[in-house]
Amino acid sequence: MRIAVIVFPGSNCDRDVHHVLTNVLGVEADLVWHADGSLKGYDGVILPGGFSYGDYLRAGVIAAFSPIMREVRKMAEEGKPVLGICNGFQVLVESGLLPGALMRNVGLKFVCKWVNLRVENNETLFTRRYVKGQVLRMPIAHNEGRYYIDPEGLKELKEHNQIVFRYTEPDGTLSERSNPNGSLEAIAGVCNRRGNVLGLMPHPERASEAILSPYETIDGLEIFKSMLDLGG
Amino acid sequence: MERVKQLKLNLTEEEVEHLRLELGREPNDLELAMVDAEWSEHCSYKSSKPLLKLLPTQGRYVILGPGYDAGVVDVGDGYILTAHIESHNHPSAIDPYGGAATGVGGILRDILCVGTRPIALLDVLRFGSILTSSHSRWLFKHVVRGISDYGNCVGVPTVGGEVEFDESFERNCLVDVVCFGVGKRSDLVLAEARYPGDSIILVGGLTGRDGLHGSSFASAVLTEESEQERSAVQIPDPFAEKMIIEATLEAIATGRVRGLKDLGGGGLSCGLSEIAAKGGTGVEVDLTKVPLREEDMHPIEIMISESQERMLFVVESGYEEEVTKIFRKYGVRYSIIGKVTDDKYVTIKKGETVLTRIRADLLANAPIIYRNAKKPAYIEELKKVPKPDEPRDLAKTLIQLISLPNIASKQWVYEQYDHEVGINTVFKPGQTGAAVLRLPNGRFIAIRADGNSKHCYLDPYNGAAGVFAEACRNVLAVGTEPIAMLDHLQFGDPSNPEVFWTFSESVKGIADYAKNLNIPCIGGKVSFYNEDKVSGKAIKPTPVIAVIGLAESFDVLTKCYFDAGTRILIVGETRPELGGSEYYEGIHGLVGGVVPQVDFDYEKRLHKCMLKIINLRLAKAIEDISKGGLAAALAEACIKSSVGMVIDLKKVPNTCERVDEILFAETHGRFIIGADRYNEERIKEICASFNIACETIGEVRGDELAFEIGAKKVEVRVEELENAWGSTIPKLMGDEI
Repeated sequence: MRIAVIVFPGSNCDRDVHHVLTNVLGVEADLVWHADGSLKGYDGVILPGGFSYGDYLRAGVIAAFSPIMREVRKMAEEGKPVLGICNGFQVLVESGLLPGALMRNVGLKFVCKWVNLRVENNETLFTRRYVKGQVLRMPIAHNEGRYYIDPEGLKELKEHNQIVFRYTEPDGTLSERSNPNGSLEAIAGVCNRRGNVLGLMPHPERASEAILSPYETIDGLEIFKSMLDLGG
Repeated sequence: MERVKQLKLNLTEEEVEHLRLELGREPNDLELAMVDAEWSEHCSYKSSKPLLKLLPTQGRYVILGPGYDAGVVDVGDGYILTAHIESHNHPSAIDPYGGAATGVGGILRDILCVGTRPIALLDVLRFGSILTSSHSRWLFKHVVRGISDYGNCVGVPTVGGEVEFDESFERNCLVDVVCFGVGKRSDLVLAEARYPGDSIILVGGLTGRDGLHGSSFASAVLTEESEQERSAVQIPDPFAEKMIIEATLEAIATGRVRGLKDLGGGGLSCGLSEIAAKGGTGVEVDLTKVPLREEDMHPIEIMISESQERMLFVVESGYEEEVTKIFRKYGVRYSIIGKVTDDKYVTIKKGETVLTRIRADLLANAPIIYRNAKKPAYIEELKKVPKPDEPRDLAKTLIQLISLPNIASKQWVYEQYDHEVGINTVFKPGQTGAAVLRLPNGRFIAIRADGNSKHCYLDPYNGAAGVFAEACRNVLAVGTEPIAMLDHLQFGDPSNPEVFWTFSESVKGIADYAKNLNIPCIGGKVSFYNEDKVSGKAIKPTPVIAVIGLAESFDVLTKCYFDAGTRILIVGETRPELGGSEYYEGIHGLVGGVVPQVDFDYEKRLHKCMLKIINLRLAKAIEDISKGGLAAALAEACIKSSVGMVIDLKKVPNTCERVDEILFAETHGRFIIGADRYNEERIKEICASFNIACETIGEVRGDELAFEIGAKKVEVRVEELENAWGSTIPKLMGDEI
């Protein structure tokens, strides 16, 4: 298993994701500069968080036109795992690999805090190790994370079980207070119909080592393990 | 002098005369402008240098002390930690968003300049009262947003800081930022041009008219016209900065970068003269090679422009291509503007025409100004103010106290900062007083910055030493040993003897603490002229101290988390020292009294004692006692841990006459410790062996914070405390809770 972590100009969680893959999980992973073209030989790809191209125009919109995205699209079509975290989610949405849009947070401010996420779909390549309804703890850090999709699109998302994570209270119930950015139906992550492309606003790489978690949890690590199809 | 005025420079007659003598001729306009930038207080420390010599700068961990872009300490295994402190006060007072953002940008490049990757920021902010002033709320809101937008985008976590509100900052807000970096000792680069023949490469943004006279602007008091000086505030571009950070680190890895200098205050003029003076060489530069934002810029404007996101690289001759191809990869603009010479002169040319040839050391060393100091009359008068009446309902007072903006939760601030990026933040804002980060070698650092303008106003010596003591307590409380400090000294106009006296006393207080506790200063900054002509008032003296703590392993790190059944101990004696306290000023509106005194001998014993308790892992939780006193510390401990406590105030070792004094005095040298019952006696024995008072004062129980005072009881539900503490700032800033 070999994973490519794409580095766009302005990515800033690339090294964090790479650290988790190589140092925590011991798998092969490379930082791939967006202009260096090919993703040949990789079994999966991660678009990390950050501010690609400074979030100029709109978060993720310029990176979506980077030539490397043709390669990412190809991998998605081949059924390989494609994971977009935070800005990576924004890039996947802007490039049409995932449905919906990410808008300014409802409070019009950047929000960095630990939130609770309920697993809505445990049948994707990334969530196989979770139980449906399980509540995870992960941090968010974004300015433009308010998920939106039109009513028709929302209907389709639900029909195809594409809502993967929702923001909830610690006990898994929905509330206005627990929705940190005003996302439609508290949606925190969605996948494509096939379940091999996932985008989420929270940062699983920041929740993969107990030492970094206020709760001493490692809920984020399971996403990478699942993606890598690691046993145990 | 007429030319000095025409050019809008701040040089004094004596300085022009000194320059004339040294040159042996009349300086031309370009030289006057370059010298003006370089000899500004901001760049030259001409008023503060003699006093700053009091600070100890050597120590076991120190590799590089003050005088460079960043201080450097050895954290073991070939790794270094770098640190620097800066402010962007004047720019932020005029353009809070841009001023604060560019302040972050500037300090990141200082850390980068020594060859290390920035890993953390602390932001230390001071504004007027947000209870009464909409102007201060406006400044506060946009300063935080500026830091947030910049720091978050470049991917350097803002892991902590401090916010203080005081009316003296109404027109002069203080926006201080501390930055830390980590790297390998073998990659350390200095701001020096040592080798004649090396190429000088200007890297980064275009040179424009923004930031013109920024250093001189920072070295003058604010006037009403300052509002029109927005061109002296630079324009922030965090994305460009991020590209510069990555390109610079990749360039350093080639081993061909032999000198690096961030262009901040004083622009090219300061940067060039400093690398030459420090390297004992000269430089020759052609201004036609400098990429400009506007075509018709005058050489003076080019030389002193403080346009952001620019760095000077000194690259080994013959390896320019190896380095510049990295700049091309990141789309970072660069231009080879000149070379290092062996003549010790700064030579500025426009094509073949020489515009100036001036000795580098003359530019880099401003003549020292010896200022007069006079103790202000208010100092003794305010000591004698009568004590206020004791409130009848102490429970109500406690709620009022923790609702004061200076004590209330700063979640509204730190939630806007990405404090996790880089995945090194082990203890995060809101959890503990100091932030804790892991290092690549498995060790941990704690970082914390503190200030207390109210104490320093009434007693600058004890106030400043006390700020230092408080920052140390914060890093001790998380289980680390203080190993180095940085100071940022912020005062009014130094030509006012009363202002200069407060400066002098503050430096002495800091120096005495540093010497006694053996904690060297590795860097610092002085910011004068923090006053405005409209009110004619200077800010309260505000030294800010940042302390670095080091821990060998994760096991010794201690959180501020008290769980049920935990016994509560207090370390240190409580004395009736309430001058400058939040209780006096915030509750009673009283300015005066005796501020907490610092006993150096006691502090030495205290540090040793706490480190012993920590290393024996006897404490489950530690919290330092500072603003708001014992009552505020216990309230915060209850809120953070979602538990209640029952406290017997009679057990608190004290020399007070009144209950409110025990609750709210801000006496230094005190901690609250949470421990298991079987460790209580051991902790007390250790304290006794260092001759330090320590008593069990209660335990974690119920859902109220309850103080027993003989037969009387003061009780507040923790939920009520939490609502009061948590809602103050969001409410004032117009947010829903």
